[in-house]
Amino acid sequence: MPRFGMVIDTLKCVGCMDCVVACQTENDVPQGYCRDWIVTETRGAFPNLTLEIRSERCNHCDNPPCVTCCPTGASHVEDFGRTVQVTANQCIGCKACLAACPYGARFVHPDGYADKCTFCLHRVKEGKDPACVSVCPTHCMAFGDLDDPKSEVSRLLASRKYHTLLPEAGTKPRVFYLT
Amino acid sequence: MLEITSTRHNPLVDPVLSVWSWEIPVYLFFGGMIAGMMILAGLNMLRLAKGERAEGFYSVQTPILGFILMNLGMGALFLDLAHKLFVYRVYMAFEPLSPMSWGSWVLLLVYPVILVSALIRLPQAWPWLGERLPVLQRLSDALVASPGKIRLLGGLNVGLGIALGIYTGILLSTMVARPLWNSAILGPLFLFSGLSAAAAMVHLVASLVPGHPAPRSFLGGALAMLVQPLGDRPPEPRTADGLIKADLGFLAIELVLIGLLFIGLLSSSASHVAAVDLLVSGKYATVFWGVVIVAGILVPLALQWLELGHRIPHTVIPAVLVLAGGFALRWVMVGAGQASHMVAAAGF
Repeated sequence: MPRFGMVIDTLKCVGCMDCVVACQTENDVPQGYCRDWIVTETRGAFPNLTLEIRSERCNHCDNPPCVTCCPTGASHVEDFGRTVQVTANQCIGCKACLAACPYGARFVHPDGYADKCTFCLHRVKEGKDPACVSVCPTHCMAFGDLDDPKSEVSRLLASRKYHTLLPEAGTKPRVFYLT
Repeated sequence: MLEITSTRHNPLVDPVLSVWSWEIPVYLFFGGMIAGMMILAGLNMLRLAKGERAEGFYSVQTPILGFILMNLGMGALFLDLAHKLFVYRVYMAFEPLSPMSWGSWVLLLVYPVILVSALIRLPQAWPWLGERLPVLQRLSDALVASPGKIRLLGGLNVGLGIALGIYTGILLSTMVARPLWNSAILGPLFLFSGLSAAAAMVHLVASLVPGHPAPRSFLGGALAMLVQPLGDRPPEPRTADGLIKADLGFLAIELVLIGLLFIGLLSSSASHVAAVDLLVSGKYATVFWGVVIVAGILVPLALQWLELGHRIPHTVIPAVLVLAGGFALRWVMVGAGQASHMVAAAGF
């Protein structure tokens, strides 16, 4: 069984937001909400500044706090790809998962249930990449099975330096940022 | 320098998490207070089972009051849900790692225990109900006549009360993403705050109509059930003093637990230190220091100390202040906890 993850090359990402628009179109994300977004982080003191542009989304953590806090099992780890998903008609809208996520990756859909990035599982099951990955004009994003050493994501992680977001949270995120 | 800009703009999440408004503090406050009432009532039921005189125990009258407050709290919780029609899903699953799932099932056990506990008061408070539904009267008689059943009921009240009281804190403390909540102290803190609020509430309602015969009307009987002590005679003054002494202890322990919470957070990571700043000098500082600490704990401690020494007359003022402080504690912790977040590391 695959264990899906995403690798994003911050040296290639220009923050064009094509991924954001592609996600909203593909997944019919309600107006005023977003499942992925662009973060620009500047560190240091002039003239020694570093800039990182990241396309962020749900990290589909190996140890997801949003799943453990869910009282109904609506938030769950899907067998296929070990991704974190929400079953809308099991969600009571208690919002505990929103409070539990250190990445702020979830929101309350106007229909009342918790919503977030699905890694476009409907596309992945058809053998396609997630919408954000497929439209990226700089090809800075890669998606695949982290447990397959021959996959593009595994080869990138084996050959490049990378970091994850808030590793100290202990959530073991599966979106990796190449630096 | 660290400068972060984000294009994310999700309602209730950005710029600061604010998914829980007044409903959750109300739910946690009533939940904690009901837990405290169950523990006080349960302890006094254990004394009743040993054959002590029932007239002395205000707390035994509280189950029906607890039932009403529980419904108010659950009503607030229901209002908070965003997907209300699916609320039944909570009882279609048991998630052993979810405190909210545990709490939901504990609440399901609390309801029947509270209702059966209320039967102890049935003959005095609602004689008309016993006449119309003799089965309830027979249940009440069987309960009161059996020390073993009272003992069992007392034990259930104490056990479930502790579980419910701690749950209201643990619900928040298991969320690693919210540093202010991320402390095991929160469970005992909310438990003792609930006990303090329960003692104050019992004191408050018992002060209103002490010792008059129960009216036979529906409304009058219901009100009498809420506020009158068990038995025909009014309780002795020492029982009120007992409640005040208990409240003094609960408030002192609450103060110590808040101190321990601060020590734990301040000696932890940068995220936890930043979280404490929200209470010490940030947006929530005024309510925290003014209402929770001074008005809700220190002033009632001083007033009740003076009342016990008969240096000032007994009033309901300390009880009202304790209740206000107990609610403010939940309001501050829920609001500031959501505002607290993990601070990113200094370097890539």
